[in-house]
Amino acid sequence: MEHAGLPAWALIAYLVSGVLFIFALRGLSSPATSRSGNRFGMIGMGIAVLTTLLTQAPIPEGGWLPDPTSQDLVVLGKILAAIALGAVIGLTTARRIAMTAMPQLVAAFHSLVGLAAVLVGWAAYLNPEAFGIVDADSFINPVSRLEMGLGIAIGAITFSGSVIAFAKLNGNMSGAPIMLPARHLINLATLLAILGLTAYFMTDQAIWVIGTVTVLAFLIGFLLIIPIGGADMPVVVSMLNSYSGWAAAAMGFTLHNTAMIITGALVGASGAILSYIMCKAMNRSFISVIAGGFGADSGGGDGAEKIDRPWKAGSAEDAAFLMKEAEQVIIIPGYGMAVAQAQHVLREMSDLLKEEGVRVKYAIHPVAGRMPGHMNVLLAEANVPYDEVFELEDINGEFAQTDVAFIIGANDVVNPAAKTDKGSPIYGMPVFDVEKAKTIFFIKRSMSGVGYAGVDNEVFYMDQTMMLLSDAKKMVEQIVKALQD
Amino acid sequence: MDFISILSIFVLACFVGYYVVWSVTPALHTPLMAVTNAISSVIIVGALVASASAEELASSALGLIAVVLASINIFGGFAVTARMLAMYKKKER
Repeated sequence: MEHAGLPAWALIAYLVSGVLFIFALRGLSSPATSRSGNRFGMIGMGIAVLTTLLTQAPIPEGGWLPDPTSQDLVVLGKILAAIALGAVIGLTTARRIAMTAMPQLVAAFHSLVGLAAVLVGWAAYLNPEAFGIVDADSFINPVSRLEMGLGIAIGAITFSGSVIAFAKLNGNMSGAPIMLPARHLINLATLLAILGLTAYFMTDQAIWVIGTVTVLAFLIGFLLIIPIGGADMPVVVSMLNSYSGWAAAAMGFTLHNTAMIITGALVGASGAILSYIMCKAMNRSFISVIAGGFGADSGGGDGAEKIDRPWKAGSAEDAAFLMKEAEQVIIIPGYGMAVAQAQHVLREMSDLLKEEGVRVKYAIHPVAGRMPGHMNVLLAEANVPYDEVFELEDINGEFAQTDVAFIIGANDVVNPAAKTDKGSPIYGMPVFDVEKAKTIFFIKRSMSGVGYAGVDNEVFYMDQTMMLLSDAKKMVEQIVKALQD
Repeated sequence: MDFISILSIFVLACFVGYYVVWSVTPALHTPLMAVTNAISSVIIVGALVASASAEELASSALGLIAVVLASINIFGGFAVTARMLAMYKKKER
C-alpha cells in the first residue's frame, strides 16, 4: 500500500503505459497509422489499470503472486463491477452518438474527467495513508497538499465549465453569451481566492479550506463559460480539453505516478495547441475569447440596404451543366451542410462528377465545424476519401485554376471582407480565395440571412456568382438528378 | 520519487506533447480530442488506489464513483475514436 514501496516493475509498467500514450498520439499524424495508434492507447490503459490492481494486492513475503484475503476479493469485485458499469455506459454512448453531436460528447467526457479528478483529490485528502502522502506526524505533506488543491481546483473548473459547454452545444441552453455585470471583477476575485486558499492549505489542512477551494472552483468554471458565445465554442472545448489534462497531471504529482504525469502533459499540450489553432483560424486572441461576449452584438441594423443590390439566381440544372463541363470543382462545406444533413448526397454528386472526368476537391476551413477537425469527420462518415479533402493553406492557391467553387453551408470563411475591410468583425481571419474561381455556386437558404459573424458577403453580388437559394440537401439532390439525366 | 524528478518528467513530457501534437494532421483533430480524453482518464489509477483501501469508507466510496466515471471515459473515448478512425478511407482506384 505504501507508494514509496512500489516495486520497480510497477514503476516501469507505468512508464511503458505513458510511452504507449505518446505512440497513440503519434499515430494520428496520418489516417493510415491512426488505428494502430489507438490500439497502443488501449494497451497502455490496460497496463496502467492492471499494474495498479496488482500493486494493491498484498504479496506474501518471499512469494511472487498476490495472496488475496476474502475481504480483498470483495473489494476487487466492487471495483470490477464499477469498471463494468462504466464500460457499458461508455460503449453504448460511443456506439449511438451521431457524428454531428461529437462536440457535445467530447464536452460531456471532459466533465467526467474533471469530476473524477475532484473525487480522487478528495479521496486522497480523506485517506492520505493509502496514497502514501503523509509525513512523520501523519499530516499530509505540504507539497502534496498544494498538488492536491490544484488538482481539485482544475478538476472542478473542468467539470462545471464542460457542463455549461455541453448545455450550450446540445441546445439545452441558448448559445448567446450571458453577461453578468462586473463579471471580470468577480472572476478575478474568485480566482485569487482559489489561489490564496490553495497556498494557505499548505499550512493548514483543515477541511473548510479545501472545501471552499472546491466550491469556488466549481463556481468559476461556470462563470468563465457562460459569457462565451456559441461561435467561440470550438475554442472552449479545446481549452477544457487542455484543463482536463492539467487536472490529470496535478493528480499525477500527488500520486507520484509517471503514467498520469506524462498523459497530463500530453493532453494539456494538445488542448492548448488546438485552442491556439482555432483562435488563429478566427483571428481572435485567446484573451478576447475568454473575455467572452462575441456574437452578442451582431448588428441587425445593416440588413436593410444589402437586399437592393443585384445578384444572380441559378438553378440546379445550371450547376449540373457547368460542373459537368468543368476540369476542377472545389467544394467548400460549412456547418450549414451538416445541419441540413447534406453530406451523403454531396458525396453522391461528386461521385457522378468524377465519372464525368471532373477533378473534385473538398476545401476545409479550420472552423468549418463546431470543433477542430469536425468537418473532416463528417465527410469521412459520408465516405469521402480523405485524400480528396484539403486544408485551407494547401488548396488556397488553386482557386485561380478552378472552374467551379461550390459553397454549401459556409459563409464567413469565403468572405473577402476578411481581407479587405478593416472595419469588418472578421477582418484578418484567413479565408478561401473563392473569388478567383471562374464560376461560383453559393447554396443559401435565402438572401436575408447572414453568417455567424453577422456580416454581408461581397461574393453574393459578383459577376461569376450564381446563388442557389434552397435547403442545402434539396438543392444537391436536384443537382444529382440533373446530372443523372 | 522526489518532487524534482517528477517535475523533470513533467516538463520533458510537455515538450514531447508539443511536438507530437503539432505533427497530428488537422484532419484528425476531432479523433485527437476524443483519444486525449480517453487517455486523460488514466486518473483511474488514483481512483483504484482509493477504492482498494476499504477501511476508509468515505474515501473508498468516492474512489468507486471515480472508477465508474473514468471507465465511462476510457471505454467511450477509445470506442468513439476507433469508430471515427474506421471511417477515414483512401480513394479506391
